[in-house]
Amino acid sequence: MTTTTPSVPGRWQRFRDSYLWYSFKRDYTAQLCFAIFVCLVFAAFSAPLLAPTNPYDLAQIDILASELPPFWIDGADANYTLGTDAQGRDLLSVILYGTRVSLLIGFGAVALQALLGVTFGLMAGYLGGRVDAFLMRLADIQLSFSTLMVAIVVGAVVKASFGSSFYSSYAVLMLVLIIGLAEWPQYARTVRASVLAEKNKEYVDAARVMGLRSKRIMFRHVLPNTLSPIFVISTVQIANAIISEAALSFLGLGMPETHPSLGSLIKSGFDYIQSGSWWITLIPGAVLVVLVLSINLLGDWLRDVMNPRLYKG
Amino acid sequence: MIAFLVKRLMHAVLVMFVISLLAFAIQDNLGDPIQQMVGQSVPESEREELRERFGLNDPFLVQYTRFAKNALQGDFGYSYFYREPALDVIARHLPATLELVFASTFIIVLFSVPIGVYSAIKPRSPISRFFMGISIIGISIPVFLTAIVLIQIFSIGLTITFFPEGTAWGSWLNSFFSTQGNMPSFGRGGGTVEMFGYWETNFASWNGLRNIVLPAVSLASIMLPLFIRLIRAEMMEVLQSDYVKYARAKGISMRRVYFVHALKNTMLPVITVGGVQIGTMVAYTILTETVFQWPGMGLMFLDAINRADIPLIITYLMIVGVIFVITNTLVDLIYGLVNPTVKLTGKPA
Repeated sequence: MTTTTPSVPGRWQRFRDSYLWYSFKRDYTAQLCFAIFVCLVFAAFSAPLLAPTNPYDLAQIDILASELPPFWIDGADANYTLGTDAQGRDLLSVILYGTRVSLLIGFGAVALQALLGVTFGLMAGYLGGRVDAFLMRLADIQLSFSTLMVAIVVGAVVKASFGSSFYSSYAVLMLVLIIGLAEWPQYARTVRASVLAEKNKEYVDAARVMGLRSKRIMFRHVLPNTLSPIFVISTVQIANAIISEAALSFLGLGMPETHPSLGSLIKSGFDYIQSGSWWITLIPGAVLVVLVLSINLLGDWLRDVMNPRLYKG
Repeated sequence: MIAFLVKRLMHAVLVMFVISLLAFAIQDNLGDPIQQMVGQSVPESEREELRERFGLNDPFLVQYTRFAKNALQGDFGYSYFYREPALDVIARHLPATLELVFASTFIIVLFSVPIGVYSAIKPRSPISRFFMGISIIGISIPVFLTAIVLIQIFSIGLTITFFPEGTAWGSWLNSFFSTQGNMPSFGRGGGTVEMFGYWETNFASWNGLRNIVLPAVSLASIMLPLFIRLIRAEMMEVLQSDYVKYARAKGISMRRVYFVHALKNTMLPVITVGGVQIGTMVAYTILTETVFQWPGMGLMFLDAINRADIPLIITYLMIVGVIFVITNTLVDLIYGLVNPTVKLTGKPA
């Protein structure tokens, strides 16, 4: 006689059976956005292999070939598909490298936000009392000042106090820190709200009765149950972080022009828009918009899937 | 109500204290103001004398107390660059920013309410879908990029040669999509008119209005999608509620149900978010003013940072802090007044 043991589905099978995958299969917008996003990330992170030239290598830059238009305009050079910027760098290469910088800062800043926000949100929600009051007051105050404002002020102050050259050489790290510190309250609030909902459930009581330490209950028991809202806001936060980075770079508080992100490319091109070289600023701008738009649309889709209560018509 | 006011006031004072402390703490680290004030050729002894005269050698707490005492009397010190009281410099730049914010608020209210309400009433109509699509694109375009695109289209002008020039329809389409590009995009232009002695306004002449259009549209472009989506979401929720169904069942005209019964309750959360967004707009004015060289507070702040003009930076931070604290308190108050179910003091029900 054979015993029929119920087969435990593997992770992959569980994913294939999930509502997430089901709705992804049916949503063409989400598929398109995901494809664009993956392509951009892939292109950006393999920039050293894909890019025709290395924009960081001064020997490959030809100043005489500056401000050449992209291929569909008369006067274009076949070597430079998307034309060149004012310093004679190949625009396609700078954009690829710039997208990599933007994405790196976006992911890094969101990772920092999530780390701070989840920790503080868990502490505020689970421990309650004074800790909660203090952390949430802090979050309230910071949010009431708008995250972009906080980022601009902190960026400006840091740049002025350490000097431009120091700031430029550590710009990636600085931007991750600034944007990360400016936006943690978003995470903290979301996590706190779901922790408050989870806290009084029986499994938490059971864990407490078993004598587990608060830290273990918070991170091993409560946290896994608050993951889906964290997941949802993460997409929007990545888009926001990329926009914040671009804004800071545009104001001259971000990446230097020698090591450009999409924002600093837009900034450096803006000086030449009046002379008719619109592509230096608008092509990186278009890439930025496509990147952010695809992330935002994915975030929209994810929110609808993970939060059926908010069904939109 | 009184308890709430007192609580908010104490909260506001605490916030302002923290801001002033932070704002003041940066001054020790921000460059060398003496370097900015005098040329290279001034000898070290004179620099030291200046430092002593401005009190830059005193310990931090002494400097802070002096600063706080003066600030409470409305004296924020002298701008190193403009060589006049920092508050005067801010006051001179404030009207430009306020007019910009006012103009874009006008645009936002004018468009967001009808579009939001329409797309809530008819969520599946092509027009609603179009506006929803536009709004998510609008959210994804950073404000400075919108500004640059507007400058390219309306100030520099587009010459489209995409369609074949030889055919009749090709030339027509080309000229249809090409733009003249004669809108001003630099500063407030010559069209400002002086009012009350010191307030220069862009609203009093045709030329002035033309100058404010592009900056105001750019600034509005970031908030408009947010408000359209917010009004739509709230309105759709309200339309599901029982009292709307009841009003409909009573046979009240649909227009009255939508615009009197439903809209009223839709606007509640919109007011709160709107008030908070006014604060956010201050941040975006920095970007918009940089693109258009609009001589407002945001541009002044960036210039002050590049010039290490510490008193001006500190004053700006304090003024912006005051604006944020006041708007937030007002929003809470208004929300409490129009929605009596909210317990202002936060007492458990």
